[in-house]
Amino acid sequence: MSQQPLVTLQNVGKTFGPVTVIKDVTVSVYAGKVQVLLGENGAGKSTLIKMMAGVYQPDAGHIVVDGKTVTLPTTRAAEELGIATIHQELNLVPTLSIAENVMLGRMPTKHGMVDRSALRNRARAALALIGLDVDVDTLVGDLGIARQQLVEIAKALSINARILILDEPTAALTRHETQSLFAVMADLRRRGVGMLFISHHLDEIAEVGDTVTVLRDGEFIAEVPASTPEDDLVKLMVGRSIEDQFPRVAGNTSQATEILTVENLTSTGSFNDISFTVRAGEVLGIAGLVGAGRTELIRAIAGADRYTSGTVAVRGQKLPNGSIQAAIAAGIGHVPEDRKGQGLVLDASVNDNLGYATLASTAKVGLVDFAGQRSRAAEVAKKLRIRMHTIDQPIGALSGGNQQKAVFGRWIIAASTVLLLDEPTRGVDVGAKVEIYELMNAITAAGGAILMVSSELPEILGMSDRILVMRDGRLAGELTSAEATQDAVMTLAARDVDEKHEKR
Amino acid sequence: MSTTTLPAKRRGLDYKKFLANNGALVGLVVLCIALFIATPDFLTARNLLNIGIQVSTVAVLAFGMTFVIVAGGIDLSVGAVAALSAMSSGWMFANAGFPGWLALVGGLFVGALAGTINGLANAYGKLPSFIATLAMLSVARGLTLVISDGRPIKTPAEVSFLGGNLGPVPMPIIILVLAALAASFLLNRTVIGRSMYAVGGNAEAARLSGLPVKRILVTVFALAGLFAALAGLLLAGRLDSAQPQAAAGYELDAIAAVVIGGASLAGGLGKISGTFVGALVLVVIRNGLNLLNVTSFWQQVVIGLVIALAVGVDVLRRKTRSS
Repeated sequence: MSQQPLVTLQNVGKTFGPVTVIKDVTVSVYAGKVQVLLGENGAGKSTLIKMMAGVYQPDAGHIVVDGKTVTLPTTRAAEELGIATIHQELNLVPTLSIAENVMLGRMPTKHGMVDRSALRNRARAALALIGLDVDVDTLVGDLGIARQQLVEIAKALSINARILILDEPTAALTRHETQSLFAVMADLRRRGVGMLFISHHLDEIAEVGDTVTVLRDGEFIAEVPASTPEDDLVKLMVGRSIEDQFPRVAGNTSQATEILTVENLTSTGSFNDISFTVRAGEVLGIAGLVGAGRTELIRAIAGADRYTSGTVAVRGQKLPNGSIQAAIAAGIGHVPEDRKGQGLVLDASVNDNLGYATLASTAKVGLVDFAGQRSRAAEVAKKLRIRMHTIDQPIGALSGGNQQKAVFGRWIIAASTVLLLDEPTRGVDVGAKVEIYELMNAITAAGGAILMVSSELPEILGMSDRILVMRDGRLAGELTSAEATQDAVMTLAARDVDEKHEKR
Repeated sequence: MSTTTLPAKRRGLDYKKFLANNGALVGLVVLCIALFIATPDFLTARNLLNIGIQVSTVAVLAFGMTFVIVAGGIDLSVGAVAALSAMSSGWMFANAGFPGWLALVGGLFVGALAGTINGLANAYGKLPSFIATLAMLSVARGLTLVISDGRPIKTPAEVSFLGGNLGPVPMPIIILVLAALAASFLLNRTVIGRSMYAVGGNAEAARLSGLPVKRILVTVFALAGLFAALAGLLLAGRLDSAQPQAAAGYELDAIAAVVIGGASLAGGLGKISGTFVGALVLVVIRNGLNLLNVTSFWQQVVIGLVIALAVGVDVLRRKTRSS
């Protein structure tokens, strides 16, 4: 490409303490092109875009805008050069109108008061840029997520953004909404806006992108055309074939004893009439779209939330409704979806976090068994290869993968035999992911049973022995690992969904 | 992202960390040295015993407050509960004819009961602790006035004993030491104590790990009520009577002592030793200002500034932790 890029991150690097997050990466955004940034969680995508947006400063290399080297000390500085970011979590005020949101911080005034007609006119002009036709007096909170996203894009364009960073804009959108976003993007491309696009949906890349920059473990791997076949992209992104990535060793479990039995479980408004069993040595995956009721189901089984009717039994023993303590006593261990919000006490030490589930059961006359706890924690930390300086370090300082291993470790200390995993590898880097999968193998090899909810289809397909698909709170079907493909799962998970959203 | 530092930076950060973690202690030492230089009256046995007696009430209240703050709550009712407990004790002795020892135990029971109600309202009634205990503050102070009809009630000899001397040592100081040891043991060694840190650090994570969060919260507030009752009885013992307006506003001193002592109002952090130092800082400042003939009006200004400084240190500490 002989054309001059709008912005280039030239050989940039970034370290946090001893950890190198980005090493010698170069990526450019050109006018009228969509540059795709591809990489696994932890590959450094978000650090990279934060450097482009003025949130982080590169430790090495430099940033070039319109051929001139610049520094971006603040997001404001980036905005002044026309660089705007559309974050996953939108930066809008839900209680203000669309017009007020679009013009936030630069309200037109007359005699010191907000000039409401000018405000509306300018906001309308901004919405017209992307062909969004809604009343500008509508409260942003009343809009769906897709339209909120468009409002944010309109806002960025109205402050003359020439470079849009789109951080997983399609993650929360339906297929139909994604198509309208892509139409807006195509229009922006014609008008010469440069875009940096991040998505986990490989099939979107060829559709919307021009070139793809692949990152792995913070390093630049390749720049390839967006038309590159998906399999090749995965290979570049992961750096090994997919078999290595999911080292599932399934045993023959058809004759094994049923460990977890769920019958007609219903929680009004969340899930309906769910029945299944998990046998010793088995990994049962639960697939489905966000909002299908998977997390609610797992929480109900764990005793974290009460259910309306039905039964949960472990080894034939019925569990009381809504009792976490009883579930733990029966051998259930729950790895919740939000590690930081629900799994760990971040300020407390690794040692303490490993011991919470067994704090009371190992105590003698109400006194904590400190020595025993320490040795158990040290043993498990070693076994799970939790990388830390000392066991008394606050667990918040560990990497996502090591934090997650600690949540598992808590249940290993508790000798849990039924593990309920909710997004077990979310925000975990590739290496630790495989370690977690191997840990799942070890648990099932020892006769444990695993129920796993995951939104990452490859993970569900790669690690489950059987797959249940949930849709709108109901079981939509069951697939064996042999017959399960991405298409088969998605067909069960998404049927009717698009129509429903269109009606809304 | 990571708290690890390069070796070259280590010294500087540790020095900073030491100051951040022991700021109150350093402040106390500096304060004592300054007062020693400023006035010959400070370092006398009489004055030191006086400080000991004064600190006992604040510190015992603050020990109970430490449990609550570590568990992520706040208790605004401790001053009023202290007064209610002492007044109930006096009423049981003077009006209901209880034997003195039973009136003393009854006073402690009333405090624990008031705390339990706070805990139930917070854990099961889902009232924020700020609101639940604000309501209790008003109720307890009101009941104190109702019981006493606004007049002091004479307390039994058993209660007065708490305010007296054992040989040369004032009883409040002995009670203070015993209460500190008990509170520290509870917080550091027992399951319930360690659970408080988990609940204050992340209540949902604690719950999903199987900790009985609601029962823990009820216990925490009950303990705060019990310690408040003990403080109220110490105060009554020194005066040989329960006063209807006793310990008014003491909840703020207790909170200040806990925060100066390094606890975080966000929960999950705090130590009994820190709280003890925090209470000493407050009392020594007041004592010193008295010795220097500074009016009580100005004393309030100074105390306010000290609290602001202490919370500033709290913010600094969290910054060094997260960077």
